Amino acid sequence: MGVRLWAALMAGVVLVTGLWLFQGLSGNTGFVLSLRAGKLAALALVAASVAMATVLFQTVAQNRILTPSIMGFDALYLLVQSLALATLGISGFAALPAGPKFLLETALMTGLAAVLFGTLLGRARGADIGRTILSGVILGILFRAGSVLVMRVLDPNANAVVQSVSFANFSRPSVETLLYAAALALPAMALALWLGPRLDVLALGRDRALSLGLPHRAMVLGTLALVAVLTATATALVGPIAFFGLIVAGLAQSFAPGAPHRQLLLLSVGLALIGLIGGQWAFERLLGLKATLSVVLDCGGGLLFLMLLMRGKIR
Amino acid sequence: MIEVTDLSFTVGGAQILAPTTLTLPAGQITALIGPNGAGKSTLSRLIARVETPPPGTVRVNGRDVATTPGGLLARELAFLGQHTGLASRLRVRDLVAFGRWPHCHGRPGPADHAAIARALAEFELEPLAQRFLDTLSGGQAQRAHLAMAAAQETPWLILDEPLNNLDLAHARGLMVHLARLRDAGGSVLIVLHDLNFAAAWADHVVAMKAGAVVATGRPEAVLTGPLLSALYDTEIEVTVHGGRPLVLHHLAPA
Amino acid sequence: MTRPLVPTLAALTALALASLFVGAASLDGQAGLLLWVSRIPRTAAAILTGAALAVAGVVMQQILRNRFVEPATTGTPEAAAAGLLAITLVAPAAPIWLKMIVAAVSALLGTVLFAALIRRLPPREIYLVPLSGLILSGVLGAGVTFVGWETDLLPYVSVWLMSGEFSGVIAGRYELLWIAGAAVALAWAAADRFAILGLGPEAATALGLNPRAVLRLGLAVVAIVTAMVVVTVGMFPFVGLIVPNLVTRVMGDNLRAALPVVALAGAGLVLACDLAGRIVIHPYEIPAGTILGVIGALAFLWLLWRGDRDGR
Repeated sequence: MGVRLWAALMAGVVLVTGLWLFQGLSGNTGFVLSLRAGKLAALALVAASVAMATVLFQTVAQNRILTPSIMGFDALYLLVQSLALATLGISGFAALPAGPKFLLETALMTGLAAVLFGTLLGRARGADIGRTILSGVILGILFRAGSVLVMRVLDPNANAVVQSVSFANFSRPSVETLLYAAALALPAMALALWLGPRLDVLALGRDRALSLGLPHRAMVLGTLALVAVLTATATALVGPIAFFGLIVAGLAQSFAPGAPHRQLLLLSVGLALIGLIGGQWAFERLLGLKATLSVVLDCGGGLLFLMLLMRGKIR
Repeated sequence: MIEVTDLSFTVGGAQILAPTTLTLPAGQITALIGPNGAGKSTLSRLIARVETPPPGTVRVNGRDVATTPGGLLARELAFLGQHTGLASRLRVRDLVAFGRWPHCHGRPGPADHAAIARALAEFELEPLAQRFLDTLSGGQAQRAHLAMAAAQETPWLILDEPLNNLDLAHARGLMVHLARLRDAGGSVLIVLHDLNFAAAWADHVVAMKAGAVVATGRPEAVLTGPLLSALYDTEIEVTVHGGRPLVLHHLAPA
Repeated sequence: MTRPLVPTLAALTALALASLFVGAASLDGQAGLLLWVSRIPRTAAAILTGAALAVAGVVMQQILRNRFVEPATTGTPEAAAAGLLAITLVAPAAPIWLKMIVAAVSALLGTVLFAALIRRLPPREIYLVPLSGLILSGVLGAGVTFVGWETDLLPYVSVWLMSGEFSGVIAGRYELLWIAGAAVALAWAAADRFAILGLGPEAATALGLNPRAVLRLGLAVVAIVTAMVVVTVGMFPFVGLIVPNLVTRVMGDNLRAALPVVALAGAGLVLACDLAGRIVIHPYEIPAGTILGVIGALAFLWLLWRGDRDGR
């Protein structure tokens, strides 16, 4: 991967960040800037988490068209959230401070994800990959319907819940959640980068990884745990973003085919930053649209996914 | 009688069947033989009009398959292709009963029930009649599909490699059945891989190679050493057994 | 094959009776009026919806030759909603019959799009067919949501696309569903044709049917049923998938025999979910579509994986 690509990537990130922070700045500059900076941090954290989670997941799944959200990871987080709400009760839940609450949910989700998707991916050998993906999609629907059901039972008038489990809303995150999310996601990202060489071996497949002396099972479960943490972070901050990771990871692969994981991870993070910050900027300020960017990402990413299916690039 | 006139077939610029003119006699078993990719399946599928009508004409008992209504043709010829995999979950009897559709359109009468029973008996399917197809072995399922085509009770029966999956007893049983159909006045076109089945049972043999018919005639005229050696590009000996040719294709030439 | 028919009918009758007597308001005083205006229409709506969706599912599975497809997970309701949204934007005052026709035509286009799409999939990958259906419905749904959001029609879109429910059903506001019922009758009349197409276009041709004509008829049935249901009560996922699969597990794909059972079982399932939704947090309600989403997804997963034991 050339220096030019990295330079272009850096320039792109700087450009969208600058646009986001300083474009059309007027009035109470300090206040607007701090508002924008907070949202920028959330967007950046979400972008990086989704990008890394997708690359990691694709390595574990040995498959280039899967993403954690296609397989229902983000919906699982929502379900865990609503189940926590149900068991602790609305008042008890609200009384919990944001930090422990978030940690508890993420820990639960990590455990569930490792068990569930570890099993599912373990079954996906050879010709069965189609069934595995389909199962993941159905699991996603199940988790989503489950969280709507739980929330409905808790609060019969909660009409907005359907929307909140269906698409991301980028104007949501609170500063406190942001801090805890960053405290969890940033170490996970560092760990993923540190694991880079091992991920390269993991990507060779189970048999070769084992014969090269990699503790395959532990590596798979550990990577899935990282995916769970990163997905939980992104979902907690803004809600589900279905296909964004697919677009980013696919682009990264096509820019640097066969690159080692450290480069691949960083490249996809850079692309995600440009895409999400730039997209949100264009969406909010250039086009002045009311809808959420995630709807557009769903549409475009879904089309990309269909195209990959048509081309037979399922493996 | 089936008359094929100037029939050709092209897929994506590749010619699968060169312009062919051919007459298949009624009241006989005609075997279609030749190496892989010779166009045997294509020719049989074109005659059975399951492939879109290409240039050229096919007449079955005087009816042009391109213009004759499908329902009418379905009482003139029955066809069984190679791909019999089913997404449906059907019982054997239900599948065979669909062979009567051209005659009864879903309201079977006594004659239809009799034909279904005959077909089930003919292919030894009575013990399996209430089983689901997906619980059968490949050979059993193949017999069910054959019974469905037989239940159609048409003057012409066209089978594309029907011996696939059949064990030797049922393979021979099928040929006996076809011979009986022929003796009752029926006509059969059958694509065969095993030359000795053609040698033993066919009245008429059509040999194809590279999309063209290279020889037609009685089995003893077509199934000769020199002709088969040229057809398959490998040396093949033929001897005689019980007055019929016996092809020794499995032996290395002496 | 009348064995499963009788118990199914009995169960449905019991559910229907229960449905007449359960609800937020109690049956006293003006019981007759309540029954006539609310409970009977609501019960009828649930029965019609369930029967129509289950039959549309089985028709779709036959004509597309895949057991894991159904209208609700292949983009048909989203296409119907797109048509509704378009006509609402272009001509808000259009009469209901016009909206209905637009929705039906749009649903038909969506189904045709799906049928064309899956023909380009790599052959023999049976699970890719439902998968691309789900993704297609996601794409169409996102498109509809975006337009709805920008035009402040999102509440309507949510009702059409997500958890359908019957709480709004009263006399005079569900009768379009009878058209879906008529489409079911049409499907029953053509049951053998669909079953033959299920054997494959080659087999259908060999039996003297025109496969394209049967395909068109089937697509029309699917589109009409879906459009009427979406317009009237919103969408219910998985009914068309799990009911036909469970029924044909027992009865096989002999459609003429299986179709009445499929219709009754579908009606029973939707009615049961509606009833459960009325009871669980009484006097509030949970949409039947939400309950179906959970039950249906679980049943779908079971259908996907239990095959291991059958050796299929």
